[in-house]
Amino acid sequence: MTDPKNPSPGKALIVLGCPEVPVQQALALHLSHLLTKQGFAVHATGNPAVLNLLRVSDPEKRYLPGMSVLEKCIEEIVEKKRDSDLCVVFAHSDAGISYAATVRHLLPSSRLVVIIFGKDPETLAASADFPCEKIVEKAVHNPMQLKKKINEVFGWAA
Amino acid sequence: MGCIENLKYEMILPLGASFRECREYVEKHFVEFWYVDPGYKLFDEYIIGLPPIALGIEGAKIVFPYTKPCHGTYLLAIEDGDEADRVRRTARKKK
Repeated sequence: MTDPKNPSPGKALIVLGCPEVPVQQALALHLSHLLTKQGFAVHATGNPAVLNLLRVSDPEKRYLPGMSVLEKCIEEIVEKKRDSDLCVVFAHSDAGISYAATVRHLLPSSRLVVIIFGKDPETLAASADFPCEKIVEKAVHNPMQLKKKINEVFGWAA
Repeated sequence: MGCIENLKYEMILPLGASFRECREYVEKHFVEFWYVDPGYKLFDEYIIGLPPIALGIEGAKIVFPYTKPCHGTYLLAIEDGDEADRVRRTARKKK
């Protein structure tokens, strides 16, 4: 929980791709859990299927208290009703990179971390030629190696 | 596809086209094309993509990339003279 000696680091937005790659949902909950512990107010966005998977996994909303569908979230960002100090985008397809580029453009001063995974992440990572931090790992079913890299980037490595 | 799904559209490039392929197709196949940034509103939806996003216009027909998380990017065409005129007024010619 938030350390009273340290003010909240701000808001974090987790942007999720299509849920067809299983590691994504597990890592989203992991990420949200640790960001919340660090003091971030976390919000997640994605399509209805991925949000429903997370709702089923987190019935009491302990890990992801705030969620909204992508179209609504993008609308709120464009209309300046939502901003974020940190954006983490999960991308395992060209569409994911498009969403990351959109977030980069709409929230230019946010820290943007793009987690690029799936079967061929290197090719995909090469197409993300806009300013961002990239975490790249071939991962489909087993989240452990990608989790390790995420923890290193966010300073959670044991 | 939200509101755009309810409109009468023609699919120029099918599901799975990359955003780069969509931009290159528009630049190569349309005499009139314009550039916008992500978040530009078209047919009441905010356009997603890597800037600059190329929109082609042929008469009243607008050709634009449309991205959905599960499917990737489609290049669609929709006839709408008023919206085409609005693009001409609000988009830019240069990348």
